[in-house]
Amino acid sequence: MKTDYQRPIDWRQGRVDLNHGAGGRAAAQLVDELFARAFDNEWLRQGDDGAALPAPPPGHRLVMATDGHVISPLFFPGGDIGGLAVHGTVNDVAMLGATPLYLAASFILEEGFALAELKTIVESMAAAAREAGVAIVTGDTKVVERGKGDGVFITTTGVGALPPGRAIGGANARPGDVVLLSGTIGEHGVAVLSQRESLEFETRIVSDTAALNGLVAAMLAAVPEGAVRTLRDPTRGGVATTLNEIARQSGVGLHLDEAAIPMQAQVAAACELLGLDPLYVANEGKLLAVAASEHAEALLAAMRAHPRGRDAAIIGRVVADERRFVQMTTRLGGRRIVDWLSGEQLPRIC
Amino acid sequence: MKYVDEFRDGDTARHLAERIAAEADPARRYAFMEFCGGHTHAIARYGVASLLPANVRMIHGPGCPVCVLPIGRVDQAIALALQHGAIVCTYGDTMRVPASGGLSLLKAKARGGDIRMVYSAADALKVARQNPAREVVFFAIGFETTTPPTALVLRQAAAEDLANFSVLCCHVLTPAAITHVLNSPEVAQWGTVPLDGFVGPAHVSIVIGSAPYEPFAAAYRKPVVIAGFEPLDMMQAILMLVRQVNDGRAEVENEFVRAVGREGNAAAIAAMAEVFEHRESFEWRGLGTVPDSALRLRPAYARFDAEQRFSLTYQPVPDHKRCECGAILRGVKTPSDCSLFGTVCTPDNPMGSCMVSSEGACAAHYAYGRFKDIPVVAA
Ligand code: SF4
Repeated sequence: MKTDYQRPIDWRQGRVDLNHGAGGRAAAQLVDELFARAFDNEWLRQGDDGAALPAPPPGHRLVMATDGHVISPLFFPGGDIGGLAVHGTVNDVAMLGATPLYLAASFILEEGFALAELKTIVESMAAAAREAGVAIVTGDTKVVERGKGDGVFITTTGVGALPPGRAIGGANARPGDVVLLSGTIGEHGVAVLSQRESLEFETRIVSDTAALNGLVAAMLAAVPEGAVRTLRDPTRGGVATTLNEIARQSGVGLHLDEAAIPMQAQVAAACELLGLDPLYVANEGKLLAVAASEHAEALLAAMRAHPRGRDAAIIGRVVADERRFVQMTTRLGGRRIVDWLSGEQLPRIC
Repeated sequence: MKYVDEFRDGDTARHLAERIAAEADPARRYAFMEFCGGHTHAIARYGVASLLPANVRMIHGPGCPVCVLPIGRVDQAIALALQHGAIVCTYGDTMRVPASGGLSLLKAKARGGDIRMVYSAADALKVARQNPAREVVFFAIGFETTTPPTALVLRQAAAEDLANFSVLCCHVLTPAAITHVLNSPEVAQWGTVPLDGFVGPAHVSIVIGSAPYEPFAAAYRKPVVIAGFEPLDMMQAILMLVRQVNDGRAEVENEFVRAVGREGNAAAIAAMAEVFEHRESFEWRGLGTVPDSALRLRPAYARFDAEQRFSLTYQPVPDHKRCECGAILRGVKTPSDCSLFGTVCTPDNPMGSCMVSSEGACAAHYAYGRFKDIPVVAA
């Protein structure tokens, strides 16, 4: 069916141009043929600038999180910026113990960006959203001049519902609690690094990017309310930074056991080669949990029974320490501090 | 991953720790310097120091190439980018070294300097080929490990007759620095340097071999054990040093036989000799001016020498007045002796060289060891 006598979008050779962000016919066409089609749901179909959403059941609270995604390269082994933009925000909502429901997505496109790549990214977002059971209900597209963006920037905002009485947060860790990790660390960061220009190295490591709301639901179902004190996904800054955040928020110290921290041999080898500490390397599909010790085994069993938590492990415990140090017994049997990262981790020289 | 795990095995570590404790004479103290930043890092990261008896102390030496880079050299690189409009390529950690006027290469980049992080000297050459209309300078730093790759790209640039490529050469020499630690005029001011032996660098020795340390060991009566970067290599080397001290020997021993020989890599040594010659003196951050301790391009390569090409002059810039790096690098003081440590001077805002790279003595102590300065609360 031909509508508006419009030229079809050239998905093979076409490129983003300034018209696509100008709010005119070209912009409308891009929204209809790409975004609305890929994300299709009842709210988008209405074609309004916002979405009217049902209120959560009485007693529930709303949880909202937002995340800007800038990543180079846009495509990496195991994923792309689209899936990542969904996973990141879904996980932020899920880490409060809430059920993620809706997403808003805002795209900043650079003039000249290939429409075929944009299509791949959007389809990957749609697939990620479907898998996570969330609807992308509203969005926005802007185009910036060539040279003023890095291909695509995506900001996603998520909304979820938190059942009454649930209190999960970074400030709830107490001495005596245990620290659990849902799986092997460092895959996302190493997979992305392996594609960086001038660093390209051969590896079979793929990003772990994934939505974790299913895992969180399984965990919370396995133990009594209150047993899970803290959930957090160790993205940028890695496990080390996230644990320092928890120690600071809760005013406690943490003691880790290096030998218990799951890691793929390939990730360890790549980090070794690059002079990076895997504890600081980003993850996109893992979570850290602090839980009451009496429920730790049940929680661990529930995590291991879920596909996203197969390699889960207890990696440490919470101690009283007003200095809020994260310490670790190394594989060698020595002790050290696991500090905040200063600046970005850069590969070593010699 | 068996290869790596073998060198980090807790049981072996315990066994080595027991041997060190058993053989270290309780009546005396042992102070060993690990020259290389890689060793400092391994000690800190694996908590090796916590496995040693109280009378065996490790001292972090000047072997971190980023840490010993003087402010004035970073200023030169920044000037190349900001004033001469050159593309400056350099290794990662160099980007953060503080320079004059609150700048660093990272901050100069934010001000519009075209400064690019590369992972190898060859990448810098690639940038030059891709940007024929721009001047491209490789800010070359490091010890004998990173020098051969710089020599090779200079050879390549000469072979291709690349017109827009040059090198700001800040390569330094390990044996000269080790000697200087024991030999400098300041040492008199601090009294005898309490060093009983050295853990020799791993990667540097793969290039130059173990022979260059022999005259040093003999002249200063200090044992040297060359060790790999794995924590168990370190512990084995410490045990070997304890034994040498106990026996009154001062030899060059090689723990790292799986990679290091006596003679080193002849091809790498030849490439270095073809392209570089010694500088009469070179300023090191924290150590001051050290004679015969660095390299510059030979006259045959003058057109690739950024200092000549851009008529750069060297302007030394002092560290913070209260910075104790010099004393720390010589084993006279420890990071926590510095009044700036952890307050004014932190890895996010380094004042002195030792805090710059994670391999520096102050930064390593800050990141991994400072819990020892404050009593540990029982778990
Ligand atoms: S703490 Fe900072 S100022 Fe003090 S010696 Fe170390 S690097 Fe220098």
